[in-house]
Amino acid sequence: MAAAASMMPIFGQQISARSDLVPDWTREEVSTGTTIMAVEYDGGVVIGADSRTTTGAYIANRVTDKLTRIHDKIYCCRSGSAADTQAIAEVVSYQLGFHSIELEEPPLVETAANLFRASCYRYREELMAGILVAGWDRRKGGQVYCVPIGGMLVRQPVAVGGSGSTYVYGFMDSNYKAGLNKEQCLELTASALSLAMERDGSSGGVIRLASISEEGVERRVILGNQLPKFSTH
Amino acid sequence: MLGEAEPQWLTEEVKTGTTIIAIEFNGGVVLGSDSRVSAGQSVVNRVMNKLSPLHDKIYCALSGSAADAQTIAEMVNYQLDVHSMEIGEDPQVRSAATLVKNISYKYKEELSAHLIVAGWDRREGGQVFATLKGLLTRQPFAVGGSGSSYVYGFVDAEYRKGMNKKDCQQFVVNTLSLAMNRDGSSGGVAYLVTIDEHGTEEDVILGNDLPTFFDQ
Repeated sequence: MAAAASMMPIFGQQISARSDLVPDWTREEVSTGTTIMAVEYDGGVVIGADSRTTTGAYIANRVTDKLTRIHDKIYCCRSGSAADTQAIAEVVSYQLGFHSIELEEPPLVETAANLFRASCYRYREELMAGILVAGWDRRKGGQVYCVPIGGMLVRQPVAVGGSGSTYVYGFMDSNYKAGLNKEQCLELTASALSLAMERDGSSGGVIRLASISEEGVERRVILGNQLPKFSTH
Repeated sequence: MLGEAEPQWLTEEVKTGTTIIAIEFNGGVVLGSDSRVSAGQSVVNRVMNKLSPLHDKIYCALSGSAADAQTIAEMVNYQLDVHSMEIGEDPQVRSAATLVKNISYKYKEELSAHLIVAGWDRREGGQVFATLKGLLTRQPFAVGGSGSSYVYGFVDAEYRKGMNKKDCQQFVVNTLSLAMNRDGSSGGVAYLVTIDEHGTEEDVILGNDLPTFFDQ
């Protein structure tokens, strides 16, 4: 490899001083580039995410699961730094599990969201994490809480996050309305994720979906060739 | 008054933050834009028409630095006038787009403006050209400006081939409204220009007449 490098012509560009044997991406931080989405419906929530994790331009994992279980009926969608979000999710999982045992009943989604917010806000300078917390509890039914970078907490009927989300704000605003049922929410989420994955280089792979309701959690995967298609694709 | 600082916007560059869109239909084109011009955090003009005529049936939509965009449009307007006198007939949309592209490419390091050129001519009918950073490409529709990022998903999903004039106008208004709701640098009113073989129609849609969505 070193011999080949010295034979390369110089087109007015810098030839890297680093060894050619070590690819650039080993130096890059691992990030879940990403598009995530969560929608409330009467009786539960639908969550979805793409499946691409990148280190610079290399796709470290093309089948990532960004929908992380925090409790039986509470999940979170992770975006931002992969390490940061995994660490926070583990901590919150532990805290929530402990709290639920003390309470002797399933924890509230709002509690989980507040635990995320507490960690994200306290360590806001060090962390890069954008998280959607979604789930079902007996008190308020399906709920979606948004904890973006910086550590704010707000409940929304529909939320998107991650680098790919900018491209689908318009689609989401125009297609979401109150009173959708579970199937419609799943379709809306799959379509939005598919559109974002087309436009955002850091999002791609397969679409992972989950619906959470009183009955439990139902997960599904939409593979690349089964993604919703649009006329401009 | 002692100690009073100069307002920030006097020293900020004036940008047309913006959302612009142009779409072709069978027989013509529709162009649309918002109307906000910002200098830093201030809105210095809330009713600017960013759809600028290059010729009777060729318009361009301005985005990026307001000064750069306006200057390019004025220069091309002049060059097209001369060109159309030389050839003795109305210029082609492709000619106008090429003139814009030439300036954008030659001065790409100094300029920071993106113009979308759209119009109607006898030879090819309605056409839309994107000239971002000095490339020239014909597209069925084009979006640009800071607000366009938020509506890529929407236009990808909603565009279909063979829309008629009214559908295109509605499509443009919906897109502008969605972008204006999400982008801090876009807002105000929506300007629309429809060009076909019969003529050019300019329209304004005031803020309260724009379509609203679920959270408004």
